[in-house]
Amino acid sequence: MLVIKNLHAEISGKKILKGLSLEVKPGEIHAIMGPNGSGKSTLSAVLTGNENFTVTEGEIYYEGKDLFQLNFEERAKAGIFLSFQYPVEIPGVSMINFMKTAVNEQRKSKNLPPMSSGEFLKYMREMKDLVELKSDLANRSVNVGFSGGEKKRNEIFQMAMLKPKLAILDETDSGLDIDALRVVANGVNKLKTPENASIVITHYQRLLDFIVPDFVHVLYDGKIVKSAGKELALELEEKGYNWIQKELEV
Amino acid sequence: MEKEQDKVLREVTESDYKYGFVTEIDADEIPKGLNHETVRLISKKKNEPQWMLDFRLKAFDKWLTMKMPNWAHLNIPEIDYQDIIYYSAPKQEPKYTSLDEIDPEIKATFDKLGIPLDEQKRLSGVAVDVVMDSVSVKTTFQETLAEKGIIFCSFSEAVQNHPDLVKKYMGSVVPYGDNFFAALNSAVFSDGSFCYIPKNVRCPMELSTYFRINAMNTGQFERTLIIAEEASYVSYMEGCTAPMRDENQLHAAIVEIIVMKDAEVKYSTVQNWYPGNKEGKGGVYNFVTKRGICKGENSKLSWAQVETGSAITWKYPSTILKGDNSVSEFYSVALTNNFQQADTGTKMIHLGKNTSSIIVSKGISAGKSENSYRGLVKIGKNAENARNFSQCDSLLLGDKCGAHTFPYIDVENESAIVEHEATTSKISEDQIFYCNQRGIATEEAIGLIVNGYAKEVINKLPMEFAVEAQKLLQISLEGSVG
Ligand SMILES: Nc1ncnc2c1ncn2[C@@H]1O[C@H](COP(=O)(O)OP(=O)(O)O)[C@@H](O)[C@H]1O
Ligand SMILES: [Mg+2]
Repeated sequence: MLVIKNLHAEISGKKILKGLSLEVKPGEIHAIMGPNGSGKSTLSAVLTGNENFTVTEGEIYYEGKDLFQLNFEERAKAGIFLSFQYPVEIPGVSMINFMKTAVNEQRKSKNLPPMSSGEFLKYMREMKDLVELKSDLANRSVNVGFSGGEKKRNEIFQMAMLKPKLAILDETDSGLDIDALRVVANGVNKLKTPENASIVITHYQRLLDFIVPDFVHVLYDGKIVKSAGKELALELEEKGYNWIQKELEV
Repeated sequence: MEKEQDKVLREVTESDYKYGFVTEIDADEIPKGLNHETVRLISKKKNEPQWMLDFRLKAFDKWLTMKMPNWAHLNIPEIDYQDIIYYSAPKQEPKYTSLDEIDPEIKATFDKLGIPLDEQKRLSGVAVDVVMDSVSVKTTFQETLAEKGIIFCSFSEAVQNHPDLVKKYMGSVVPYGDNFFAALNSAVFSDGSFCYIPKNVRCPMELSTYFRINAMNTGQFERTLIIAEEASYVSYMEGCTAPMRDENQLHAAIVEIIVMKDAEVKYSTVQNWYPGNKEGKGGVYNFVTKRGICKGENSKLSWAQVETGSAITWKYPSTILKGDNSVSEFYSVALTNNFQQADTGTKMIHLGKNTSSIIVSKGISAGKSENSYRGLVKIGKNAENARNFSQCDSLLLGDKCGAHTFPYIDVENESAIVEHEATTSKISEDQIFYCNQRGIATEEAIGLIVNGYAKEVINKLPMEFAVEAQKLLQISLEGSVG
């Protein structure tokens, strides 16, 4: 589904990703862990087409096609979804209107007719229940006045609405208490199918108690330096990132 | 509403001014130029009584002594008033009584603009007076309204059929010498709408006037007079478009509104005169004097407007709050793009006790445009306990445009409470990217954000207008980001 080969990317002349490679197949959950500043959010930005970052080398294939041929909104329509580390507030735009536009744009790209208001509201209610989103949040402006936890939950709600093929969750767990964490993880698990895949970016292993990854990768200084099964997360938690650093120096 | 909104969003794929076509019709025009003879000729064409001609001539003499105002934050090129045609009417007068008599070209024009003249096809609940160039070509639903004693007709008809009302109220709110453009209009106005709602009558449908400039080199000078007698109610809307032409066209209108005791008037505008092309060539110069008076106690006048058109806009709909406890609202969105310039706002003149007013002004500037809010809140000596709240917001797209706010406050009574708030914001790249990431293209994302920003004002418009206004905001910004 996703193949990244030797990816190099920079922002304002600063090299951040330095030869990252990764392969994700349908049905898989990949966890990417790494210390602050190692380039995790940069990876998600490059995958979603954020133009602030410049790719200087490497290739990315999504469903067999060159990802760089698609602009940001085409990538979204092709099923790539990012749960933002810092969701943006959009005053004046109601969640209902925002999601309705997004859902119908996606449908349009698949030559489906737009959903009627009735259908849409019903669908929205179902998805809200799925991620246990408080009902009044949906009536407010996008992320405006939401608490940190509510913003993250709102990201998962949008993911439920848009049913992406490839979901990238960028530190969706940070700032969540344990109950919220469980709710978010439950949502992600319920949305899992054999056809879609997730990249779960996290700093802490505790999210991985709830979302069980097939692979864990350690991102360090712009490269994936270690990949293994879910046990790697526990090891990291126990020994800290210094352990990786030491191992690398050996 | 939700569904409509969606339709609107889907329909919005065109990026250019779509009302810019020209209709080929025979017109009865007088030669270019302006002098006493021109004024007499217009009056004669309209078969006017002597008192009307006298009014015009007085106004013209006054105009000759006046200068164009230069205090606005506008860069107005020299206007040659001798190079304008002051009267152009589609031939086939007098006014059509049945649809079959209307030139099919004119009918087709208004169908294209989404204003079918056919009453059956018309949105039920909206009566419309259609003004093309200098004259009213059709007023719908006149009979239905007449049953309630409501008069809704062209201004020319009112001069002929209701001279007492016209004589009594014309110029009572905007005197002929009020300002340069008001004097010009008073001298050469050719038509417009007249509306009279008798005591205790709630007008059962929306009344609207649709203005269309068609002919070349022609100025449009119309005037509207609305009188709402005691305890009556009317909601009135005006819309306007013009063909795309490289020459600038002049539009100088007057609107006068009289609201008696316990009466209410809602006045809505969607102004979409041709704004000129992306290089700033062509477009309508829009110099308009709109003023209402809340004459009686407990009267109410609400202005709601969405302005996306015109190369230059100079316009300050105002209310004189004379009656005790009278209320006025002004809700406005003014959008400027490319090289458009707007200096617009409102005046709230509080004279009566316990009068209150609200001003909500939302400016949107894009491209290289200049958008200024200019507002006056005046509290007179006797206006005990007057209240005003003003909110002026500016939204900027890009960094080549300008937004300015000029609030003037003049308080002569210490019991008054006057509040003013202002904000300036910019659409951020992060907001756009967030939308993009959800599959919403940039143009559409901007439409969504701008409509969200303007929602408070759009919600004040009658339903039919709200939908059109939303569409317009989005269309007007297409190509302004990239
Ligand atoms: N807009 C930016 N301008 C300059 N440097 C940036 C910008 N965004 C991120 N960086 C830098 O890139 C590096 C990687 O950032 P990021 O990908 O956000 O790391 P992570 O998500 O792993 O914490 C950091 O050193 C950060 O300071
Ligand atoms: Mg990060």
